[in-house]
Amino acid sequence: MFDFSLMIEKVMQYQSQIVESIGETFLMVGISVAAAVLLGLPVGTLLFLCGKGQLYENRTISTVLNGAVNIIRSFPFLLLVVFMIPLTRLIVGTAIGTLAASVPLAVVSIALYARLVEQSLLEVPRGVIEAALSMGATKFEIVYKFLFVEARSGLLRGLTTSTISFISYSTVMGVVGGGGVGDFAIRYGYQRFETELMVAIIIIMIVLVQLVHYTGSLISRWLDKR
Amino acid sequence: MKLIIHLQQVSRTFALPEGTFDVVKSVSLSIERGAIHGIIGASGAGKSTLLRMMNALEVPDEGTVTVSGQKLTGLSETQLRDARRSIGMIFQHFNLLHNRTVSGNVAVSLELAKMHKREREARVQECLRFVGLEDKAKQYPSRLSGGQKQRVAIARALANQPSVLLCDEPTSSLDPNTTSEILEVLRHVNETLGVTIVIVTHEMDVVRSICDYVSVMENGQVTDTFAMERSSGVQVSRTPLSYREQLLGKAGSERV
Repeated sequence: MFDFSLMIEKVMQYQSQIVESIGETFLMVGISVAAAVLLGLPVGTLLFLCGKGQLYENRTISTVLNGAVNIIRSFPFLLLVVFMIPLTRLIVGTAIGTLAASVPLAVVSIALYARLVEQSLLEVPRGVIEAALSMGATKFEIVYKFLFVEARSGLLRGLTTSTISFISYSTVMGVVGGGGVGDFAIRYGYQRFETELMVAIIIIMIVLVQLVHYTGSLISRWLDKR
Repeated sequence: MKLIIHLQQVSRTFALPEGTFDVVKSVSLSIERGAIHGIIGASGAGKSTLLRMMNALEVPDEGTVTVSGQKLTGLSETQLRDARRSIGMIFQHFNLLHNRTVSGNVAVSLELAKMHKREREARVQECLRFVGLEDKAKQYPSRLSGGQKQRVAIARALANQPSVLLCDEPTSSLDPNTTSEILEVLRHVNETLGVTIVIVTHEMDVVRSICDYVSVMENGQVTDTFAMERSSGVQVSRTPLSYREQLLGKAGSERV
């Protein structure tokens, strides 16, 4: 029978390691979210604008971006991490540690979120772009005064879904010494047969994901005035 | 007769997977300044494409488009944007921003024209008062009726004080009573502000109630253009008839 009091006891015992590993997870996920917003959003917007029949219709850019996004997304994530080690070393100077682990995570997050951004923008009615053009908007104005305004709840919902995926991706980062709660659960809970500890971590992860999901949907619902 | 819009021998061909399709075939058309000019025809006759040439949303393959003495064909993108600010446009599906309030929707065209905030707020108020929606300023479009949405779109199109207002099927998704409400607003715009209005429609009643001139379009060509008698005041009745009266005529108002 599962022993709850034992679980509490174990959690107390490993408190500092747990807190530390949660901190590592937050760092990795935080960097991924930042990469998604700062780079995934522009890439996704470009993906949309260069698409067929859109404002910047451009076959070459469209093919290259689509190819890149799909290749990154089709990599088994663990292989991508290993495959990217040379690049990681180039960027952060080492291939080991939490910061190094954030590099492949950021790359995946850009590709993942870019695709969701493109999909959100495709849902904005064409008439809105037409109205913007008729008012003499520049292409940049069309994007940030019209498209982003109309797609904002979808963009945020996409970011919420992505963040949850990033949390899940970050759990395998133990392979390159990235740490995080997932790694902690595997090393202590699974490999050292401390099942109670593993269950505790899983509960923490569930709470974390629920929290992200709940906050994300709450804000996106508030943003949606349609 | 002073012309404000002149289309000369404009043509437009669309390439579709099943072959090319001549939407507009060498059309010449002149619109008089200050007039309400209707373009009527069946769906697919090329009316909307022709209208979109008047603010270069659609660029003709051949021919020239002149608006307010400026040739739109061959302008640079920057010049074209400036030109479009003096040409307002409204649409069948209103095309409002659903995530901005009524006043935000009107403000957007002023923001694009780089108007200062204080000036902008006053102008937004003024435009909303003009279309009779000042009490809805803080609402979001989803809370408005179709007619109210179209009035917001009209206020937005008028904000930059255009000399021309292009209307693409402005009443086609509205019920008959709301249609007359919008037509009254358009007539008001024309009479008090002197804005030239070009209105594309397939509804005979729209043409009959507000147009000074009508062009008939069939299969990509303008087959006829003629003047209409301008009625004094508003032809569309202010107190709408009941559905019973509309369907049976005045006689129908006596119950059997």
